[in-house]
Amino acid sequence: METRFLIEDAGFHPRYIMNKNWWKALAVLILTYVILQGMLGVVPRQPILNESIRNVYFHVPLWFGMITLLLTSAIYSIRYLRNGRFDDDVVAVEFANTGILFGILGCATGSIWANFTWGEPWPNDPKLNSVAIAMLMYMAYMILRGSFDDEQRRARISAVYNIFAFAVFIPLIFIVPRLTDSLHPGNGGNPAFGKYDMDNRLRMVFYPAIIGFTLLGVWITQLRVRYRRIKAALDE
Amino acid sequence: MRLSFIRKAPLAAFLLLSQHLFAQQPVADGVEMADRLRADGKIWVVVAVIAAVFAGIVTYLIRLDRQISKLEKDVRKKSSSVISH
Repeated sequence: METRFLIEDAGFHPRYIMNKNWWKALAVLILTYVILQGMLGVVPRQPILNESIRNVYFHVPLWFGMITLLLTSAIYSIRYLRNGRFDDDVVAVEFANTGILFGILGCATGSIWANFTWGEPWPNDPKLNSVAIAMLMYMAYMILRGSFDDEQRRARISAVYNIFAFAVFIPLIFIVPRLTDSLHPGNGGNPAFGKYDMDNRLRMVFYPAIIGFTLLGVWITQLRVRYRRIKAALDE
Repeated sequence: MRLSFIRKAPLAAFLLLSQHLFAQQPVADGVEMADRLRADGKIWVVVAVIAAVFAGIVTYLIRLDRQISKLEKDVRKKSSSVISH
């Protein structure tokens, strides 16, 4: 029995509340709050950043969302290798797809932000270059998948690659930038934004934004997975 | 317009001093922010634009979700009717 959550007439009907799509509505609610409070709320007044500090509500959660999505993708790749269920491979690749999408958006939003605060869209910076390498690795994953005709070999080999890619991804974005000086917050041993300090006003929007964007990413992934399953069922 | 310096000086002085008047950027703690935008209420335009874009994307997602749900129901009905025969 499947009930759909109608945002217009949610009402108090118990059937609408015990619904398996509640987290999608939650994502929409959270992101609406992020947009409203993010644009209208008070933020610390920092030189150079000025109002663009609000970008921290959008640019950074995209990256956290990407990490969660790629981690989930790697986990499903491991599951596929362990039990050979084709559906796990579908889930893994779609999570990686959405992760790459978030990564591209994160790079684009960061580049726009950098253009106005650092003077150029892509300065020669270790964190940015590490991130670019990570993105290229995952695009190589997509190309790898495209180069196979046989479904099983494609799934198996790309699952192995996915696990390695994620294992390299984590040090690339967390460890390498902290080893050197960098324009980007998160260098020299400090967690990101240490200097401007994530004050509590920022945190009130920032943490929900991470959850909201991650849930949005899961929603997009779920749609793609369900589409692939239907296509597979109809192709039989 | 070839003016001697004596004729140009007052104009130059005026232009220099007028920067103070024309620089209407609101500043507090020495940091410029978009306070004017908020005072004028124009910040709501910014919010409305972003909210409209987001609402469009969410509507698209919901539409996709429903289309896929419908397809899933059809597939299930088709497969269950095959099984029961």
